[in-house]
Amino acid sequence: MKRILALIAIVAFTFALPSCKGKSDADLKTAAEAALQSNPDLTTVMVDVKDAVATISGEVKDPATQSAAESAVKSVEGIKSVENLTSPAPPPLPVAPVTISADDSLTTAVTDAIKDHPTVSASVAGGIVTLTGEISKDDLKVLMQKVQATKPKKVDSKGLTVK
Amino acid sequence: MALQEKYQALVDAANAAGVSNLAVREQDGVLYIDGAAPSGAVKDQLWDIYNQIDPNYASGDLILNVNANAEIGSQVKVITQDSNLNIRKGPGTDQPIVGKAAKDEVITLVSKANDLWWSVRTNDGEEGYAYAQYLEPIA
Repeated sequence: MKRILALIAIVAFTFALPSCKGKSDADLKTAAEAALQSNPDLTTVMVDVKDAVATISGEVKDPATQSAAESAVKSVEGIKSVENLTSPAPPPLPVAPVTISADDSLTTAVTDAIKDHPTVSASVAGGIVTLTGEISKDDLKVLMQKVQATKPKKVDSKGLTVK
Repeated sequence: MALQEKYQALVDAANAAGVSNLAVREQDGVLYIDGAAPSGAVKDQLWDIYNQIDPNYASGDLILNVNANAEIGSQVKVITQDSNLNIRKGPGTDQPIVGKAAKDEVITLVSKANDLWWSVRTNDGEEGYAYAQYLEPIA
């Protein structure tokens, strides 16, 4: 009887062995996801596991983070290898600096801009356009659109009466 | 940063309306918003929001330079308030007038001499420079 039990134990052990040694792909995927989620930089990484080979993809902030994602998944017990398909985020576009017209070209541009508004006068100093005179509320928008398109530093319209 | 908050609704509207190359910077107490609007209507909408936030554009703390983006060779509409649009020999109001285009007339944008003056051609074949702020792309 003891021998039979021992035999059963050996057989059971033999069958149990592979499932103990190799976790299922789904289990590995869950473990890999947990490893990625523990690092806030890696939460955008997606992982798929097939035959214990993990494939990671998605956009991360930089190349170092790509490597970190790969290491995190590789460290999961049971993952044989990692195919790294992540990509670094493109660098942010540089913000164009503010362009301010020089006073002489600004003066010319402002003269053109107020030409159709004979009740308005303008002066230019240090990039600041100062508007004076009076204008109807309807014309104000058109005037301001034209004046602000001349790339001034500032438009001072406190002396402009809106009727 | 305070100015960005003041005009946040304007920036949000510009983003929502698909303004391209949108740049928002604050410098020496003035906020500068530049970009290219997909249409004249979007530009007008932004100016209406500007007027709501800052009635009569009186604070002098924003330079809004978002203009309707017109392609070279495309048709543009004359949007003067009521008068004809002068077409001039060169880019500037000091240049002699070589032709006129009526309000709402559709003319061809030949090239952009600069941001303010565009080279145009009327359907009658008159060619010269017109003030860009009085032209808008046809949607």
